[in-house]
Parts: sequence; C-alpha cells; structure tokens
Amino acid sequence: MINIGEVLETNEMVEKENLDVRTITIGISLLDCIDSDLQKLNEKIYNKITTVAKNLVKVGNEIESNYCIPIVNKRISVTPIALVGGAACKSPEDFATIADTMDRAAKQVGVNLIGGYSALVSKGMTKADEMLIRSIPIALHRTERVCSSVNLASTKTGINMDAVKLMGEIILEVAEISKDNDSADCMKLVVFCNAPDDNPFMAGAFHGVTETDAVINVGVSGPGVVLRAVEKVKGESFEVLCETIKKTAFKVTRVGQLVAKEASRMLNIPFGIVDLSLAPTPAVGDSVADILCSIGLEYAGAPGTTAALAMLNDQVKKGGVMASSYVGGLSGAFIPVSEDQGMINAVEAGAINLEKLEAMTCVCSVGLDMIAIPGDTPATTISGMIADEMALGMVNQKTTAARLIPAIGKKVGDQVEFGGLFGYAPIMPVNPFSCADFINRGGRIPAPIHSFKN
Amino acid sequence: MNKTIITVVGKDTVGIIAKVCTYLADSGVNVLDISQTIVSGYFNMMMIVDTADAAKNFATISDELDQLGESIGVVIKCQKEEIFQMMHRI
Repeated sequence: MINIGEVLETNEMVEKENLDVRTITIGISLLDCIDSDLQKLNEKIYNKITTVAKNLVKVGNEIESNYCIPIVNKRISVTPIALVGGAACKSPEDFATIADTMDRAAKQVGVNLIGGYSALVSKGMTKADEMLIRSIPIALHRTERVCSSVNLASTKTGINMDAVKLMGEIILEVAEISKDNDSADCMKLVVFCNAPDDNPFMAGAFHGVTETDAVINVGVSGPGVVLRAVEKVKGESFEVLCETIKKTAFKVTRVGQLVAKEASRMLNIPFGIVDLSLAPTPAVGDSVADILCSIGLEYAGAPGTTAALAMLNDQVKKGGVMASSYVGGLSGAFIPVSEDQGMINAVEAGAINLEKLEAMTCVCSVGLDMIAIPGDTPATTISGMIADEMALGMVNQKTTAARLIPAIGKKVGDQVEFGGLFGYAPIMPVNPFSCADFINRGGRIPAPIHSFKN
Repeated sequence: MNKTIITVVGKDTVGIIAKVCTYLADSGVNVLDISQTIVSGYFNMMMIVDTADAAKNFATISDELDQLGESIGVVIKCQKEEIFQMMHRI
C-alpha cells in the first residue's frame, strides 16, 4: 500500500518543484476536409476541430482536479495546412483564411495554441508549400493562437537550401510586421530538420500524415524536480548522479503516462505518445540551465556544458523510456534562452554565446530556440544560422530546429519582453561575417552518405 | 473499491482527525488506513479511503473537504490513488 512518505514526495514535487504536465495536445487529421472550394474547406476544418476537441479543456480540468496535478496547456495540432489547402488555395491570402479558421476554432474550444500551419519541404517545395510559406507573416500577424512550422531538411533527403533561403527572408518579414510588439510573432514560427510527426510542443506541433484520425499526445516537464534531486547528490560521483536523474525522470514521466491514458479514455481518442522533455519556464527553479549549474558548472556555457547536457539528456530518456509504453515527439532537454531564467543569466554574464548554444544542440532536443538577435541581421545570415542547425540534425540523424527572433530596431545590449511563459530575452550578438554567396547558390544539399541504408 | 488519498497538512491543533472523519462518515466514505507524522512542525496526515459507496461524487467530496480544511486552518487535498501507484510502483 502507498505510504505517507511517497504521498508527501509526490505532492512536494507539484507544490514546491513546479512538477506539471506541460501539455495535452490532440492531433487531428484534416485530410478528410480537403475540398477545392475554399469556403467549404474552411467550414469543414472549423467543424472537425470544434467537434473532435470539444471536450478537451473540460477533460483536462477534470484530470487536474482528480490528481491535483497542473496541466498547464491544452492544445491542438493539425495536418500540415500546405497539404490540406493545396487544392483550394490559389494565393497566400487564400491560405491565410485557413489560419483565421484555425484561430476561430481554437478560441471556440478554449485551447491556447493550435499548431500545424506548416509545410514539409525537406526535398522540394510544391506551389502550395511556397504559397503557404509566403503567407506565414500575415497569417501569424492577424491570428492570435496559430503556430507555424516548416520542415526544411531531413537525414533522408538532405537540406532544401532554396527553402532555407526563403525562410531567412520570411523570418525577417514576420519580425518586421510585429516590430511594435518586440517582433513577438517570431515565437510562433519554427523551422525543423527531421521534424517529428507526433510532437505535442509548440510552436512545432503538427499532426503527421502517417498518424491516425485523432490522437492524444502528452508533453511532461519537470526541470524543477530534476534540479532538486540533483542538488541532493552534490559532490557524488557520476554513477550516483546518473541514477538520481534516471529515477526522477521515471517518476515525472509516469505522471505524463497516467494523464495521457486518462485523457485518452475520457475523450475516447487513442493515446499516441508521451514526450519526455525537460521544458523550462521563467519560474524560479524551473530551469534546465540551473540543473547544469547544479551538476557542477558556474554558468551554463562554461567548458563542460555540452558533456553535462549530453549526460542529462541521456539519463532523462533512460528513466523516461521505461515509464511510458510509447515515447515520441522531441523527448529531450529544451534549451531556449528566453524561457529559462538560468539561461538568461548565463547570457547576461557573458558565459554563453550562439556558437556554444549551437554545440549544445548536437546533444539535446530542439536547437537554437527562442533566441533574440539584432533586428538588422541580414536574411542570408539568418538562413546561414538555420542551415548550420539543419546540418547538425541531418548528419546526427536527430531533430533540430531554429526559432530565431530578429528584434527589429534593437541591438546587442537591449532586450525583448514577451511576458508570461515566454519571459524575456537579451539580444545576442551574431557573427558579422557574410554567408550570402553560400546561401544564394540555390538548390539542395544532398543527403549524407550514412542515410543510404537500403 | 475506489481508493482515494486524502492528505491534511497544516498547524497541529485539537480535533483535526475527528472533524475530517466525521465528515467522511457522514458522506459514506470508508477509511482504510490512516498515518500521520510531524514534518518541521507541521501536521501531516494521510488517509487512504474508499469512495465506492460514497453518497457524493469525487468533485463534491474534494470541494467540501477543501472548505472544511479552510475552516480548521489546514490544507486538505483529495487525489485518486493512481497517481501515487504510477509514480512509486513499477
């Protein structure tokens, strides 16, 4: 029988260490909404989303109260809209009407974000893909809850450098159109290499075409819990440290598994995966950077950071994999700058720079995430940063991403304020040397040799 | 059997257990196990109860215990047992 020590331990994790389920995300296929008539398409999309996800928020709240575990976000991901809208949309503006519909549906069912305003262009772009990409600035600007992602590369296909070039320009446009608001629309746009089909986290969530009609994916979190556990084994050997992280990750993930199964049962929608990510928030103690410091670094970014992060990420996975029947999504430590107070401190102390962050993305999930750069950074330089990140993902056969925020009108030393879960971010210096001739070549970078496994 | 864990945390005072148990008895909730401890001066009690034959639903019991806790000056939480089983048992 459960004993009082175990009960108190669980409740302490929630009350003092910010343990929560970060998101329940329903993935919804919109493939059956496809229509050549734009108005009909929009109607079908609205009806499908508001029908399938009707009870999501209610069920989420009920699970919260049954177990006293906070479920921070309830969200929706849909089939990449470039595929759904291709038959009906003749212009970027046509695509933007679908974003309006998604936004309306999200508000109707009460979810705070909806992902899937996406295109998968790792090898080439169709006309529809390109129109969707060109509509991203206006679509993100006139909607509130829609998130967009573009898959630019994969280990199997190589890197679509035409699309990388285009996305450098689009990211600047997104920044420009929201410059009165610290270029905040950029937070809702991410580019990927090897994007997962079942990621529950925003801004990159979409419902892959290999998925079933509707599915429940859950993202757990808990940097605070891991931090507290690591603090308790200060000075101990790596063996003790690794065991501690593994056990803690197991416990955290079990909560995600329980919530996912319960949500699946109550909504009568199949369970997909649990995403075992350490997702930080600006709350004190809820920081991945603080875990790195607790492992023994003065600041995140100090020599040893990449090794410490690799170890942390691996132990989180080893503990988490046994705790859940299906693991997927991004599953690893997130290292955003703006959402993590410890990371912000490291930037302000001069302990970490973009190049070190890039190195860290080789050993953890995601990539250059929520990083504010000067607003006058050229589009080709942004494309160059994206290309580097894509190359890391392609060669290492892992997901990498870039969510960059060129803060229009701001320079190194300034900061951007997003508020809430997104926090604030100091503007980081970017290498000033040009890569324009490289980016302007056009075409694609072929898949690496180790992708030919057949 | 429908096991629920009730935790009571707060400053120790006379009659906490009596008040909680009276409420549970009146609501048709059967107490299976009680344990308590004092952690850094605070009263911590855990009860394992069975709500299968309760006269009220889980949400009502949870809300009413919350209010009862407020009137005594302690925090009373009501959680289904699975979260602890999942976390602490393989």
